[in-house]
Amino acid sequence: MKHFSLMIRNLTRRPGRTTSLILLTASLAMSLFCGTIVVSSLRRGLSSMENRLGADIIVVPAEAESKASMKNLLLQGTIGTFYMDASVLEKVRETEGVERASAQIFLSSMKADCCSVKVQIIGFDPENDFVVQPWIAESLNHQLGNMEVVVGCRVETDVGNNFRIYDRSCRVVAKLASTGTGLDTAVYCNMNTIHILLQAAEEKGITHKIDSGNDSEVVSAIYVRVLPGADPGLVNNRLNGRVRKATAIRTAGMMTEVADSLNGVSRIIAILICAVWVLALIILFIVFSMMVNERRRELAVYRLLGMSRKMLSGMILKETALCSFTGALCGTVLGAIIVFPFTTLIETSLKLPYLIPDAGTIVLYACFAIMVTALVGCAAGSRTASGLSRVDPGTTLREGA
Amino acid sequence: MQLKAENISRRYFRKHGEANYFEAVRQVSLTLESGKLTVLNGKSGSGKTTLLNMLAGLLNPSEGKVFLDETDLYALEDKALSRMRNEKIGVIPQGRSAVDTLSVYENILLPGMLYGRTLRTEEAENWMEVFGISDLRNAMPAELSGGELRRMAIARTLTASPEVILADEPTGDLDNDNTIVVLTALQQAAKAGKTVLVVSHETDAEAYADRIYHMNHGMIE
Repeated sequence: MKHFSLMIRNLTRRPGRTTSLILLTASLAMSLFCGTIVVSSLRRGLSSMENRLGADIIVVPAEAESKASMKNLLLQGTIGTFYMDASVLEKVRETEGVERASAQIFLSSMKADCCSVKVQIIGFDPENDFVVQPWIAESLNHQLGNMEVVVGCRVETDVGNNFRIYDRSCRVVAKLASTGTGLDTAVYCNMNTIHILLQAAEEKGITHKIDSGNDSEVVSAIYVRVLPGADPGLVNNRLNGRVRKATAIRTAGMMTEVADSLNGVSRIIAILICAVWVLALIILFIVFSMMVNERRRELAVYRLLGMSRKMLSGMILKETALCSFTGALCGTVLGAIIVFPFTTLIETSLKLPYLIPDAGTIVLYACFAIMVTALVGCAAGSRTASGLSRVDPGTTLREGA
Repeated sequence: MQLKAENISRRYFRKHGEANYFEAVRQVSLTLESGKLTVLNGKSGSGKTTLLNMLAGLLNPSEGKVFLDETDLYALEDKALSRMRNEKIGVIPQGRSAVDTLSVYENILLPGMLYGRTLRTEEAENWMEVFGISDLRNAMPAELSGGELRRMAIARTLTASPEVILADEPTGDLDNDNTIVVLTALQQAAKAGKTVLVVSHETDAEAYADRIYHMNHGMIE
């Protein structure tokens, strides 16, 4: 039995002290790991949303409460079923500064059709689309056929299944990777399919008609890409002046709002992490200071029996390191148990795009949290180790004899 | 082995009083021979424990030197001095000197554990038997009385079998029967060639002594 066994005995036979040290370091690691994961997921979600939007301007019906409805649809998967005259598309295309324009038609499924909740069905034109097609291509290697659908990662079905929407059967041909946005709960199909589904919805009494149009003459949103070198702000103003009963929204503005919200949330999380750390560090130093007095006599015995100062401080440091590492490991695992199963809840509560980092990055963050916490624990313990190794054994053992 | 103090003094600084320091030990020279049991007596506060701590390599003298044979203890680095204390000098201090997280048996074997030496288990069993603490082998120090803890500390020192044994009030917590057992054991150690110093303010140990010193106001008379 050498120092390691002594160390283990010291730790296991003082369960209260050891547990409190482990709990404190665990709280440090947990707050750091969870905070890092949440902030990182928000940043990743924002980045994913930027990539997925792929448009400079979105034109939506004026009555759709424009920006708010579109943002909610993109961020939270809130169902949006607003329509405008399809002729708006041509007017948009003819507007100076517009390079490409592609329409989408939105439809909401009925709750009982496929899923436990309503899903947003988005019809797009594969020939003109530049928004959805590029990332559908990541999961599907052929053109989307009639009555074929591609589903977001959070739609409860699998590739190859038949998916019933308004009593029409659609085949799921691909499932998209997570985007961390509301688009994860959407279902994508081509224009022919969406028109069939619109008709089917009509038969169920769900109308999507505008005042003077028919099924084939409506669109929900038009995604616009401006010409290289063109000022998106100017093109946006032109579109607002040109199209009636519709509003052009700059996606940059929408993204800025999201980014501002994200920065606000990140700041709050950073403050919370700091508060937890300050509190835990104060308690940690108090615990270590109490330990100095509690262990003075015990360590004086070790000195008396021939342990050098270096051996003694080494033993205390190793004890601290073992507690800190165990605490950091437990805290990180606990953090993972809390933060990952509740991803949807966090996403819903924050109302921001939220995309969990990949496994490699998560492991990296976990290692970071464990390392930083263990080092901080050791740094706090080193003061104690240094103080205790200078204990005068003769005087200490005589005190309170 | 010979343990020799040459004109050692120990001063403690203090704020109050006529001088700004207090001299606990003054210019003491002393030689402890192997094979002899030396008793150092004196009143409480006469400087006996301070002198013992300096002889044990635990307290640096303000002046003077301490030699273990030819080795100047305080010229050694902490690492070498600690090792020497572990191997050559056994100290039985006043008061509780148990590691509370170790059992009685583990406490007795502790000096050997620190440097990974072969544990002297037979000696440990023997001394526990001699001092009547065999039944307490697996007990934790918190469960022991003052007298039992004292016997455990003495058993620990004798189990390690160092060349020099320095005992500070070893019979302070003991009844008459156990006092006789302990002093007899220390006398036998001296007869076996060890250098033994017993510090006491009582007269019990004097009957076992080969040499007696008296200490008063920090000086040996």
